[in-house]
Amino acid sequence: MRSQQMPLQAPDLKSAYNVTLSTEAAVNAPINQALKPEAKIDLLRQMIRIRAFEEKTVRAYQQGHIGGFCHTYIGQESVAVGTVSVLEEHDHVITTYRDHGHAFPMGMGMNECMAELFGKYTGCSKGKGGSMHFFAPDKRFWGGHGIVGGQTPLGAGIAFAVKYQGLKGSCLCFMGDGAVNQGAYHEALNLAALWELPVIYVIENNRYSMGTCQASSSAGNPLAKRAEGYGMNWAMVRGNHILEVRAQIRAALEYTWETHRPMILEIDTYRYRGHSMSDPDQTYRTKDEIAAYRTAHDPILLFQNILKGDKVITAEGVEKIEEAAEAEASTALDFALQSPFPPESEIKRDVYWEEDHPETKTSQGTLFFN
Amino acid sequence: MRLITYRDALREAMAEEMTRDNRVMLMGEEVGLFDGAYKVSQGLLKQFGPKRIIDTPISEAGFSGIAIGAAMMGLRPIVEFMTWSFAYVAFDQVVNNAANMRYMSGGLINVPIVFRGPANGGVNVGATHSHTPENLLANMPGLKVVCPATAYDAKGLMKTAIRDNDPVCILENTILYNDKSEIPDEEYLIPLGLADVKREGKDLTIVAHGRAVITSLKAAEILEKEYKISVEVIDLRSIRPLDEETILKSVRKTHRVLLVEENKPFCGVDAQLAFLIQEKAFDDLDAPIARVSAIDAPQIYSMPLEKLQLPSPERVVKAVLAMG
Ligand SMILES: Cc1ncc(C[n+]2csc(CCOP(=O)(O)OP(=O)(O)O)c2C)c(N)n1
Ligand SMILES: [Mg+2]
Repeated sequence: MRSQQMPLQAPDLKSAYNVTLSTEAAVNAPINQALKPEAKIDLLRQMIRIRAFEEKTVRAYQQGHIGGFCHTYIGQESVAVGTVSVLEEHDHVITTYRDHGHAFPMGMGMNECMAELFGKYTGCSKGKGGSMHFFAPDKRFWGGHGIVGGQTPLGAGIAFAVKYQGLKGSCLCFMGDGAVNQGAYHEALNLAALWELPVIYVIENNRYSMGTCQASSSAGNPLAKRAEGYGMNWAMVRGNHILEVRAQIRAALEYTWETHRPMILEIDTYRYRGHSMSDPDQTYRTKDEIAAYRTAHDPILLFQNILKGDKVITAEGVEKIEEAAEAEASTALDFALQSPFPPESEIKRDVYWEEDHPETKTSQGTLFFN
Repeated sequence: MRLITYRDALREAMAEEMTRDNRVMLMGEEVGLFDGAYKVSQGLLKQFGPKRIIDTPISEAGFSGIAIGAAMMGLRPIVEFMTWSFAYVAFDQVVNNAANMRYMSGGLINVPIVFRGPANGGVNVGATHSHTPENLLANMPGLKVVCPATAYDAKGLMKTAIRDNDPVCILENTILYNDKSEIPDEEYLIPLGLADVKREGKDLTIVAHGRAVITSLKAAEILEKEYKISVEVIDLRSIRPLDEETILKSVRKTHRVLLVEENKPFCGVDAQLAFLIQEKAFDDLDAPIARVSAIDAPQIYSMPLEKLQLPSPERVVKAVLAMG
C-alpha cells in the first residue's frame, strides 16, 4: 500500500495527481480531531448495524425468504459509513448493486430495506427493485444499480445538476474494482474532467470482481491512477480504517466543492462472503485468505480496538451496541415477514409518470399493450 | 440415447465443435477459472486451456468487438454474455458491426460468430437483469436468432450455429439449464429455421419459443385432460430464420392460433407471427389470433408478482378458453 505524505490542504491540487494521505495525517485531520466521543461511538454503531442487517439477510436468503441476486456488504462497512459521515447537505451518493451498506448511513431504515429484499409492498421500492435497487432520493441516495458501470455516468450527471444549480456539493459515485473496465466509465471520466463536474469516483476495491482477481482483469495498477490520463487527481485509501476513509473523502469533497473538478479514490477493502448469495466462493480464493483478513484487518474490530484503547468505549458498551443492532435487524425481519406482497395492479404502476398522475396527462393513444 | 441437461447439452456442443475445429474458442466473463457464472462452460478451461477458453474483464463492448474482429479474420469465436441483459452495453458491436459487416463490404467479409447466454425473467432479479431481446436482435437483418427450449434442441442448434458463417445469437434460459432430455449417442445437428411440432393436436395451434414452449406444453396437458381440447404446440426453435411453413401448415389444420412468448408484447416476435398468419392463412382462421405475453411493464422483482407477469400454464389455459 503506497502512503505518500501530502499536506492536507494541498495548495496546488490541480497539478498534483496522487494526493494520498498518510495514516497519521488522516487520523489527525481536522474532520477526525473534531469528533466527539459520542460521534465516534456512532460510527462504530453504524458499522455494526450494517453487519447485523447483512447477517440476518444471509439467513433469510438461506431460508428462502429472499431470492434472486443478493450481494452482501460484510467486510466493507467502514467504507460506506466513513464516507457518508463526512457529507454535507448538498452531497449525493449513487452506488452499485452492493448497496445495502450505503443505504443505512444515508438514512434509510432497516424495515423498508428488509421488506424490499423480501419483495414486499412495504419495501423502499414497493418490492419492485429488490436487493440491487434500493433508492431514497429524498435522502440524496440515488441507488442501487444492477448493471456494472451503469451508474458511473449517472454520478457525473448528478454532479452536473448540482453545479448547474449553483450549489456547493458533490456526488460520490461508488463502484467496484471490476467496473473500471466498462466503457461507460471512461466516457464519464473524460466528460467529468472536461466539463469540471464535482463527482468523486470511489472504487471499493475488494480485490475481486466475482471470481476474478484484479490482476486478471485490469491492466495497470493502481486502478485510480487511470485518473492521470484524464488530468484528474486520485488517491489511495486504506479502507478498513474508518478515520482514514473519513479524512481522505473529506479532502476530496473539499477539493471538488472548491474546484468542481472530479477525482478518483481507490479504497482498499475486502468482502467476506461470496460475490452474491449464489456464489459458493470455492474457486478463486482460499478460506485462509478470508480468515486472515477477518482476524487482522476487520474494520469493525480495528475501530473498536482504537476506541477501547482511547477509553471511549468499554467491552460492555460494544456488546450493548451489538445487541441493539441485532434486535433492530430482528424487528426488520419480522416486519418483512408480516408485510404483504404488492397487489397485482402494482405491476403496471410506476412505469410512466402520466399514467400515475392522470391529472397531468397530455398524451393520447395506448401506452400498455396487454 | 442418454439423458442430459440443457446446460450439459450446450457444453457438449461447444466442446465437440472446439475439438473438431481449432478456430473455435470461447470468451466471456468467468467462463474459465470460475467454470461459468451458470456453469455452462464447466471443465472447458481444463480441457482446452486458456488460449481457447478466455476469461475477460467486465468489458462487453470491448470483448464482443474483439471477437467480431477475430471472426472477420476467420476465427470462429463463441462469445458468452453472462446474461443477455449485459449485452446491452455491447449493443453497438452486435448490431452495427456484426450484423452489418457483410452487407457494407458488399459481401467481401463475413462474421462467423456465436453470441450466447441466458435471456429470461422469472428468477427474481428485477428489471435490469431480466431482458429478453430476441425481438430486438431479430429486427436486425444480418443476425440470426435462436431460442432453444430443450436440451436436445440446445445441443443440435448450438453446433449448427458454431458452423454457420453468419453471426448467430443464442438466447438460453437459466430456468431451463437443469431440464433434461434424451439425446442420441451419435452426433446430430439441427438446421436453423426448422420449427418442431412438440405436441400434435387438432383443435388449436400454440406457437411459442424458449421457455414459453414448456409452459404451453403444460397448458396443453391441462386443456386435453380437463377440457378435451386437443392442442398442437409448435416450438419455433429459431426466430430468424423462421420456419413459416410449419406454422402455416398447423394453422391450416386447426384453424385457431394462440401465440405465447415471455417477451413484452410491443413489437414482440409474436407480432410478426400474427402478421404472417393473417397474410398467408387468413382464410383458414376461424377465430382472431390470440396472444399471451409478459405483462407490459419492466420486470418486477417481487417473486409472486413476477410469476403473474410471465405467461403461466394457467394464463395460457385461460386464453385458450377465452377464444371460444
Ligand atoms: C455490464 C454487466 N456485466 C456483467 C454483470 C454481472 N456482474 C455483476 S457484479 C459483477 C462483478 C463486479 O465486480 P466489482 O466491480 O469488483 O464489484 P463487487 O461485486 O466486487 O462489489 C459482474 C460480472 C453486470 N451486472 N453488468
Ligand atoms: Mg470487487
